[in-house]
Amino acid sequence: MVRSKIKTLGIVAVLMVLSVLALYFAQALLMPKYMSNVKEGALIAEYYKAPKNNDVIFIGDCEVYENISPVTLWQEYGITSYIRGSAQQLIWQSYYLLEETLRYETPKAVVFNVLSMKYNEPQNEAYNRMTLDGMKWSDSKAASIRASMTEKESFISYVFPLLRFHSRWSALTKEDFRYMFSKDMVSYNGYLLQTERKGVTTQPRKTPLADYSFGENAWDYLDKITQLCKEKNIRLVLMKAPTIYPVWYDEWEEQIKDYAAQKDLPYYNFLESIQESGIDLTTDTYDAGLHLNVWGAEKLSRYFGQILRTECDLPDHRQDSAVLSYWQEMEERYEAEKGTAD
Amino acid sequence: MLFTSFEFVAFLACVLVLYYLIPVRFQWILLLVANVFFYACSGLYGLLFMGVTIVTSYAAARIMSAVQYHMDDTVKAHKEVWSKQERKAYKQQIKRKKRMIFIGCLLVNLGILAVLKYTNFAIANVNGIAALFTGRHSIARVNLVLPLGISFYTFQTMGYVIDVYRGKAEAEKNIFKMALFTSFFPQLIQGPISRFGELSQTLYAPHRFDFRTVWFGLERVLWGYFKKLVIADRIVVAVNAIVGQPDIYSGFYVFCGMLFYAAELYADFTGGIDITIGIAQMFGIQLAENFERPYFSKNIAEYWRRWHITMGTWFKDYLFYPLSASMPVLSMSTFCRRHFGAAAGRRIPVYFVTLVVWFATGIWHGASWNFIVWGLLNAVVILLSQECRPLYEKFHAHFPGIQKKYAYRIFQVVRTVLLMSSLRMLDCYRNVGLTFKMFGTMFTDWNMTAAMKGLLQLGLTAADYAVVAVAVVLVLCVSLKQRRGSIRERLYERTAAVQYLVVFALLFAILIFGAYGIGYDANQFIYNQF
Amino acid sequence: MEQLIEILKELHPDVDYENCTTLITDKILDSFDMITIIAEVHNRFDVVIPADELGPENFNSARALYALITRLEDE
Repeated sequence: MVRSKIKTLGIVAVLMVLSVLALYFAQALLMPKYMSNVKEGALIAEYYKAPKNNDVIFIGDCEVYENISPVTLWQEYGITSYIRGSAQQLIWQSYYLLEETLRYETPKAVVFNVLSMKYNEPQNEAYNRMTLDGMKWSDSKAASIRASMTEKESFISYVFPLLRFHSRWSALTKEDFRYMFSKDMVSYNGYLLQTERKGVTTQPRKTPLADYSFGENAWDYLDKITQLCKEKNIRLVLMKAPTIYPVWYDEWEEQIKDYAAQKDLPYYNFLESIQESGIDLTTDTYDAGLHLNVWGAEKLSRYFGQILRTECDLPDHRQDSAVLSYWQEMEERYEAEKGTAD
Repeated sequence: MLFTSFEFVAFLACVLVLYYLIPVRFQWILLLVANVFFYACSGLYGLLFMGVTIVTSYAAARIMSAVQYHMDDTVKAHKEVWSKQERKAYKQQIKRKKRMIFIGCLLVNLGILAVLKYTNFAIANVNGIAALFTGRHSIARVNLVLPLGISFYTFQTMGYVIDVYRGKAEAEKNIFKMALFTSFFPQLIQGPISRFGELSQTLYAPHRFDFRTVWFGLERVLWGYFKKLVIADRIVVAVNAIVGQPDIYSGFYVFCGMLFYAAELYADFTGGIDITIGIAQMFGIQLAENFERPYFSKNIAEYWRRWHITMGTWFKDYLFYPLSASMPVLSMSTFCRRHFGAAAGRRIPVYFVTLVVWFATGIWHGASWNFIVWGLLNAVVILLSQECRPLYEKFHAHFPGIQKKYAYRIFQVVRTVLLMSSLRMLDCYRNVGLTFKMFGTMFTDWNMTAAMKGLLQLGLTAADYAVVAVAVVLVLCVSLKQRRGSIRERLYERTAAVQYLVVFALLFAILIFGAYGIGYDANQFIYNQF
Repeated sequence: MEQLIEILKELHPDVDYENCTTLITDKILDSFDMITIIAEVHNRFDVVIPADELGPENFNSARALYALITRLEDE
């Protein structure tokens, strides 16, 4: 009697383990892989696979991960850097990503792209998922989720993404099976390489806004970023990428300039140095002015790297055996992908 | 908090764990607290109205029962003294008192329901009539929010007041227990409408943890979620698309919409009730059944004895019977028999009462002409089929044994389903005229080939339809099996592994194929300017 | 009792009311009949059968119905 009871309990226990596994597999299968389409969804998770000994960390939206090439920074100046960028990364997401990153490494400089100051509230569920799902679990992730959720979202669906993506069962492709547990690298230390050329044809129209002042919430997080870097003795650099869409208003520029002056932070608006950096918007963007292609990104990186090197006193690692092989491998991969375009 | 929200599942889990951890004598208090929390989630405003219902019904019941006891004592004390006439007169006098309290309580509570639910409907009708004469709308609509579940809890509580008035139920002495009866959260939103006599004992009683009961409850809850999430919440997209654009979707689409709605409503309502009864069962509480495989009914009258049973019996016990036995109807009966003969005499009063009851049933469902017409049409169909009974009997006599034939049974079932589904189109379309027009197009405007393609443009993919179809077949098979007794009982005889696997498979199917959460729309993830 | 049987016979002359105890359960009496019965009982016995007494326990046989009428007369 007792024996059969124990046997039953044993069987049920085994079945329970199996059902948890089944759910785990289902979740792994159903989550979007971001391998051939919407690659930017895969960016955040890739960080954990890379060595964590960078001198510069970039945080921000596509204006960092499409416009700055860490490979060029390496090739030209021996700067080691990583971009923790994601699509429409909101400023609180940048903050929490930075907080998380600083647990793994302490860079000499952090660069934040200021475009996301224009958003004061949660925006878009799909972009939230791309920024948040890739993060490993930590207090930072939980806090970032809570700060980012739009009205219809629920926290539990981040804990169990199956609850969010269950209906993808009818949209599954080969890719979903292939990349269930291991993914290809889509980026070069966070940089998403684009080789198309589509020049700017029309200048953006600056539709007037009712209110140009950044929101309180956005300011709050900018303060937090500043504070965090100060505590860790990291040089914070503010930047605005040289892409002309979406519009960057003069009124916004003034506010950032004032802030930078007040906090004694270097701020570079590359819209003002397009010519100086050699960027040609008729050839160096891949989508008519929203993002730079690889040639544009390289020009900007060359220009910006020079500044960073002096501004933050960055060492040249090109003779450093500890990192050399990693970067050389990356260079090869990078040149290969870039080469396919020509 | 909707049953299908993550919050509700979490809430339920918490209450359930606490329920079996605390001393059993406090269990009913925990349920009451849970009710208050559940109800407050939909706004504090509703609590006020429910409070009025609880207090007035509690007071009315207590007073009526005190008056009754006093009367019984007095009669007993005067047994030797009073003549039969004196006793009758005294009883009459007391009964009148009781009646006053009873009617007062009914008026207050049904009055609240009527004002909140029907004021705008009344205003719209008055305006409509006024517009005929003056050409403009004179009265502005008022902004009234209907408290959650008011139709259900008002009916359930009034049933209690009527039972106490009739001496069929004891008045509850503890107002908090009374409050628990009115507000029991699983059944608050969609019933079943419970009888005090049946529910009160099991509701207030202590319940020790019993694995089998909780397990059965869980199985039923999952089955309910399966019906609701996999079938109803998925097919509803197509239903809304069809009925929302009657200009585009006519003919064959209307027919599809009608059948889809039949599936949706069945899955949604019986699924919701399964969740309700299952939850109650997990608490050890037994609720009345509300459905008995209604689509298998042979005719409409039978259908209404098997669909939304607790509402049907409510109207039967508290409206149909009292109305039938009321003075005006009895006088009408006598009058008609004297003047129009036996055949008309026996019919007219029943027709009258049936129509009144179905009018009330219709308007209870919703404040619109659609529901009124729906109710009355139900009455007409029921009366017609009653009138046709001799005809059927002749037919059956002519083809002896046909009633036993499987094919004939299927014909009857299909007939019931189609008939009820077509009446229910009134649920769907904007107004009565449009409903009839669209019903008409089913017979005139039938372009199958074009329509089949169009079904994929209603917001559902072929895969969605396939899931719904498989789920519907599964539900049908389960219903067929159920005729031979409880499936859960039979499953319980199997090994633990089999039981576990069945439950897990159900959970897994709900998690994957249920239409819940934000839903994945690949277009949402298409890269744009960021 | 005879008076009651008379009322019932008017509705269904071929039913053996003396012995039948399944008038409702076997659907011999329907809702049409019920109203007629209540009306006639009211006319001839001056007794109103209240709504909560309309169950099969009182209507399944003539005897039960008669018992109900006597009880109501007495109240």
